Amino acid sequence: MNTTALHGAHIKAGAKMVDFFGWNMPINYGSQIEEHHAVRQDAGMFDVSHMTIVDVVGVQAKDYLRYLLANDVEKLQLKGKALYSGMLNDEGGVVDDLIVYHFESTNYRLVVNSATKEKDLNWLNKVADGFDVSITERDEFAMIAVQGPNAQAKAQSLFSAAQKEAVQGMKPFFGVQAEDLFIATTGYTGEAGYEIMVPVGRAEEFWDQLLAAGVVPCGLGARDTLRLEAGMNLYGQDMDETISPLAANMGWTITWEPTEREFMGRKALEAQKAAGHEKLVGLVMTEKGVLRAGLKVITTAGEGVITSGTFSPTLGYSIAMARVPAGTEIGSTVDVEMRKKLVSVSVVKPSFVRNGKSVL
Amino acid sequence: MSNIPTELRYASTHEWVRSEGNGVFTVGITEHAQDLLGDMVFVDLPDVGDAVTTGDDCAVAESVKAASDIYAPITGEVIEINDQLENSPELVNSDSFGEGWMFKIQADDPAEVDGLMDAEAYGMSIDDE
Repeated sequence: MNTTALHGAHIKAGAKMVDFFGWNMPINYGSQIEEHHAVRQDAGMFDVSHMTIVDVVGVQAKDYLRYLLANDVEKLQLKGKALYSGMLNDEGGVVDDLIVYHFESTNYRLVVNSATKEKDLNWLNKVADGFDVSITERDEFAMIAVQGPNAQAKAQSLFSAAQKEAVQGMKPFFGVQAEDLFIATTGYTGEAGYEIMVPVGRAEEFWDQLLAAGVVPCGLGARDTLRLEAGMNLYGQDMDETISPLAANMGWTITWEPTEREFMGRKALEAQKAAGHEKLVGLVMTEKGVLRAGLKVITTAGEGVITSGTFSPTLGYSIAMARVPAGTEIGSTVDVEMRKKLVSVSVVKPSFVRNGKSVL
Repeated sequence: MSNIPTELRYASTHEWVRSEGNGVFTVGITEHAQDLLGDMVFVDLPDVGDAVTTGDDCAVAESVKAASDIYAPITGEVIEINDQLENSPELVNSDSFGEGWMFKIQADDPAEVDGLMDAEAYGMSIDDE
């Protein structure tokens, strides 16, 4: 099984390790609920070194990405600005979702999921056929996400003077290379913070310094409850190659204009848009119990399915994301089939908690 | 290695049973079971007065990860439930053999408990998993 540069640090911290798509990763270090609260209230850190960093460089780097991605990197004018996008197949299904950082029109960095690494690299190379670009995986970096209201201040206590200056006033969704660190104001929790790429050789020392600065180690368990509260999709669960971004609350990541821009999946998406499609909504259940992925949702417009469900530690009750028929109204009540009985739940927009507070 | 108190009896489905005398037995889930389930978020207990038969699914322990049925380890009547779990389900994680107890059964036949595993047998059964 693959291990990250921080494997020793996890074992030392008493982590419970699990097999996450071929990677030996921490699920928690004791209590995933306490880890969740640490991120909402203070600062937590995640080893996300299993994610794949890919640099796209070349005179046609921009043209290539404008064809590869449903979102348009033409929007990225400022150095370091990042964009979230799906990369789609010809049928309009999501091959993966990713973040792209723009340095120059000939130089971009992608961060893609670990579970789909081989498939993604094959896909990137296949679509690159005919474009003058080079695609290089950067596995010499570990990656640590430091998240929470106090995360940036605590992480900055480790930065050099030059690194502090580089992140001074940096807005959300930017990344900057500062000496040996790539520091980005991105994340997967709904809190402020950094995602930091650090050379593998310095990763454990950096992790230990964050620990000493009072940042709480958090596992994949808390990462999942945090991202779900924040209404962020998980690839393989809320969407996959058979699901359109239109049916996965990713419509906002599709850039339709200019209409001349051809991108992978565009024709299929236009047909789906004209024909109508399912949508992803949020569900809230205030009574006892936990909504789980795979449960059937029954609405007056037809049946749907829960794609992700959990107990929300911040709210104290269960929340979920569900793919349902187009006619399902936000604010309505639908039924979920749970343990052989029907339970009424409320339909909401798929976003539950931001910056420590309920947005319901 | 999980803690497995020697004075208790165990069911293969990870419930523990403690004799309180006069045919009354306290039931909970083992440290090993809570560790498998992870952070507890709800515990759905039976009602006082319920008649339960060995093997009945009479309670549900719901963790962040999964919902798990709790089975009656012996036949009898539920005479008390742990109300504290309503607001503090995490007691099942922090003190599974103590404050995390779930319910008490007045056994129809106290001798039935002798048929459950002792600590050594239970320890061996979870080593085999």
